[in-house]
Amino acid sequence: MSETVIKCESVYKIFGQNAKKMLEESNGNVDAKTFQERGCIVGVNNASFEVTKGEMLVVMGLSGSGKSTLLRCISRLTDATGGKIFIEGQDLLELNNKELIELRRNKMGMVFQSFALLPHKTVVENIAFPLQIKGTNTEESISRAMEMVKLVGLDGRENYFPRELSGGQQQRVGIARSLAVEPDIWFLDEPFSALDPLIRKEMQDEFLRLQEKLQKTIMFITHDFDEALKLADRIAIMKDGIIEQLDTPANIVLNPATEYVRKFTEEVPREKVLIIEDVMDASSKDNLGDLKVSKDEIIENVAEKILTQEKLVGVVDSNNNIVGSIKPSKIIDTVFGGRKNGS
Amino acid sequence: MEYLKKYPKLFQWFFLLIVFFALCFAIDVPETYKFIRGQAEFVKDPNQSVYFFLGKEVRYYAFDVFWRLPPLLGWLPIWINDSLFFLMNEWMPMEFWNEDTQEFKTRPLLLEISRNLTSFMTFLIELIREILLGGLETIVAFTSWDFIDAYPWLELPGLPWTIVAAGAAILSYKLSGKGLALFAGLTMIYISIFGQWKPSMQTLSFILVAAPLSFIFGLGLGIAAYKSKRVEKALYPILLVMQTMPQYAVLVPALVLFGVGDHAAVIITMVVAVPPMILLTILGLRAIPPEVIEAGRMSGCTNWQLMFKVLIPTARRDILIGVNQVIMVCFSMAVISAFIGAKGLGFNLLLALNQLNIGLALEAGLCISLIAILLDKMSLAWANKQTDYFGNLTFFQRNKNLIFFVASFVIGIILAYVGTIIFKGSFNYLFEIPHNKGISTADFWNKGVDWIFDTFFVYIKAFNTWLIQDVLQPMRALYLRMPAVATLVLAVGAGYLVGGVRSALVVAALTLFIALSPWWDRALVTLYMATFGVVISCLIGFTVGTLCFQNKKSAAFMLGVCDIFQTFPSFVYLIPVMMLFGITDTSVLIAVIVYATIPATRYTIEGLRSVPVGLHEAATMSGVNKFQRLTKIEFPLAFPHMMLGLNQTIVFALFMVIIGAFIGTEDLGQYILKALSDKNGAGIGLTLGICVAFIGLIFDNLIRTWVGKRKKHLGID
Repeated sequence: MSETVIKCESVYKIFGQNAKKMLEESNGNVDAKTFQERGCIVGVNNASFEVTKGEMLVVMGLSGSGKSTLLRCISRLTDATGGKIFIEGQDLLELNNKELIELRRNKMGMVFQSFALLPHKTVVENIAFPLQIKGTNTEESISRAMEMVKLVGLDGRENYFPRELSGGQQQRVGIARSLAVEPDIWFLDEPFSALDPLIRKEMQDEFLRLQEKLQKTIMFITHDFDEALKLADRIAIMKDGIIEQLDTPANIVLNPATEYVRKFTEEVPREKVLIIEDVMDASSKDNLGDLKVSKDEIIENVAEKILTQEKLVGVVDSNNNIVGSIKPSKIIDTVFGGRKNGS
Repeated sequence: MEYLKKYPKLFQWFFLLIVFFALCFAIDVPETYKFIRGQAEFVKDPNQSVYFFLGKEVRYYAFDVFWRLPPLLGWLPIWINDSLFFLMNEWMPMEFWNEDTQEFKTRPLLLEISRNLTSFMTFLIELIREILLGGLETIVAFTSWDFIDAYPWLELPGLPWTIVAAGAAILSYKLSGKGLALFAGLTMIYISIFGQWKPSMQTLSFILVAAPLSFIFGLGLGIAAYKSKRVEKALYPILLVMQTMPQYAVLVPALVLFGVGDHAAVIITMVVAVPPMILLTILGLRAIPPEVIEAGRMSGCTNWQLMFKVLIPTARRDILIGVNQVIMVCFSMAVISAFIGAKGLGFNLLLALNQLNIGLALEAGLCISLIAILLDKMSLAWANKQTDYFGNLTFFQRNKNLIFFVASFVIGIILAYVGTIIFKGSFNYLFEIPHNKGISTADFWNKGVDWIFDTFFVYIKAFNTWLIQDVLQPMRALYLRMPAVATLVLAVGAGYLVGGVRSALVVAALTLFIALSPWWDRALVTLYMATFGVVISCLIGFTVGTLCFQNKKSAAFMLGVCDIFQTFPSFVYLIPVMMLFGITDTSVLIAVIVYATIPATRYTIEGLRSVPVGLHEAATMSGVNKFQRLTKIEFPLAFPHMMLGLNQTIVFALFMVIIGAFIGTEDLGQYILKALSDKNGAGIGLTLGICVAFIGLIFDNLIRTWVGKRKKHLGID
């Protein structure tokens, strides 16, 4: 088990005047409705989870579900009303202003939905901004920023102003800026939501490429379930401030915890999400045919091959040891019949 | 009846007007009533009524309360005056060390503060003035008179005009480019050749102190108000009144507090220039998207860094408009403060106007306007300046502006030295061209004015007579004929119909203040002149704006023209109208119209521009022609913004009407002018100023409330 980077213990965020008092009185049993009657709005309700090093946790929810609020609690852009948040073992809420600034300068990077670039600075100045804030000298910060410009593929545009760039390019600047200080923890708040579908896909692919290279600990906010499935190591689905389910994409699709989650998974093409390991039969390893497939393969990629077989297909792990088998009919079941066992 | 149901508001307005006119007809003018009577408190007359309040005696002529309310606030100016006097001369006496006499002296606290403040301001102004023009006060301030007697060479020589001109051009080039550099150079050369160097530099030194100080204070207070709701709440009413307070009116109290001279002018300029700066700072900071602030936070900004590296640069558009306003006000005040003894172009301008030397006034006015435009453009360019990180520049390239300046400095000094040889025994024209030794076009202009008068006298006179006899006099009589009660009913009724009880109460309070002051008649005259000006200005402004809007280029051109005209100090507008119409009400009104047309035009174009493109296209696709599109789509949508223009037009018109008192009108402005030369004038001046401000605020409240509702109704912002 790799080390925990972000750890939340029953985090609450309640907006309103007497929020803190009301939370204490409620003993952790927060009901959004009663709070609303008394003039408080519940943003995050009893969120507990951990994110380990190099993991990408995607928080998914519709607008108003509290996902952005949760992110802002963890980056302490807003103070949580209750609960504890640990960043690499440090209690975030106990940090004083100076320590908080230090933490942000060295450990955290954040990307925003509306890009939030500084309009008066050029691309390279925007990217160098966090470095200059830290006190890095101009020459060094600009040369580091130029590296970032190359990393996100904006070479030749370093002297443009944000207003002269397209949305996708602006978000590249946003991404480069958040990475300039080489943070360990990377927050992304709906980074691709404001982009066109084609650009969004391109940016997602690029993002995966970057993450493969950088291996940051990531919290990624989105309202797009497909995006969540595509990117996530684990997904947290939020509704009304409550985390409905937190699991791997496959588990969410296969075993939705609540009715709300099930609705999301209904339309999801399983063969694109599930891997062989999720549907294989680990108990029977005999009577195998010639074909072997890797357990990490996504079903869609090998479905055609498996379906042409008549015998059981062997499933192997990365060391080529057989770990299970799969029937061709199981594939058909998964793709077409999955909706039955969804409840 | 159906109409009534369909348009209940229309019916209500109609009803209000009926009540208003009924009251007007029902209440007769008392037989003994004299319109625009002099201030009662200076006349002793057995017919007067008397009352005492707070120990102040108020005398007035009593009439039917429905006709004119008694001046229940008549004690206010006297009280303000006495309080000021008390604060300055008696309140909190303390011991202060006196440098000159080397002993402790007892002085009231406020007086000491005022003296220290003024000496600080004087020092700043003198410092810049002596760098530009030469002198020894600065050196003396650090040392003593004996010291300067011993080392007379320490006296600052002042810069030759060639160096200042080159410096201005080089700085402009660095900030913006060739265009501005050329403009700066030509402006400076013009000023010098036309013999306006000394007054221009005096004005410049005044502005170089007043503008940055106003900027810093405005920005600081703006930030404070942005950060703390309480500060904002405390500042807001003051800001509101200051926005509509005529600049004239602030002069008088300043006179009492800070005395006469440039230092008082700087302080008073700050009082006037800081409020718009505060408002625009708040506006700009409020408009920053929250994500930008969060991005700053997440970059690890300290509060300080967040404010100065993220918030203020992001809000710089609005802050820049603030700077622009500050500069505008500073130049405006540079002229007006000549009334309290500020030196420079403004003083020359006033003097020339007083002597009816239009040519001289025009030259001084042109200089002020040119410097105003130059500083305005330079400040804009400075704010938009970018640094280039990637140019691989040589030492020369990086420092070429500095090198050029040093070079021109040396050349300038050599030229000045050469000048002492060439112009031996006369004035050194290469050092400084004295005031009366430059080229003067004054004679040309004066002859032109004479020629215009000789040639067109008949027509101008005929127009003038017609306007005054057939339009202005009847209008004025009608306004004065309004019984106070009828006016109150109209104002409160309008307030209620526009904004409900809240607006009605605000308007009632503002109107009552004016009605209970001793100057109700004067306020009515002010109102009549402003109304006349506003109506004509709006007609012109809305028409010109609409016509210019038909074409993108002409719209941009018109906005540019508005920008330039707005930079002119308000007093400058009096020059050309005096050329044409001499000293009459017509002159004032035409100045009012020209001045107030600027915001009317600007807001019309901006309003029409703000109509979304999508709507244009939708309208075109429904097959409207140009005229229909204008009347059915653009006007209704742009109307709220145009009404804000009307608001500005009213404020501008009021300012100009008050300034027009300089030419001689019988309104509140005349009394403000009078108060300037009255040793007990502070209270009167301030109260008068508040009266004018309240007239503006009544309309401000009504229009803003209406616009707010209308915008909500239309679903724009």
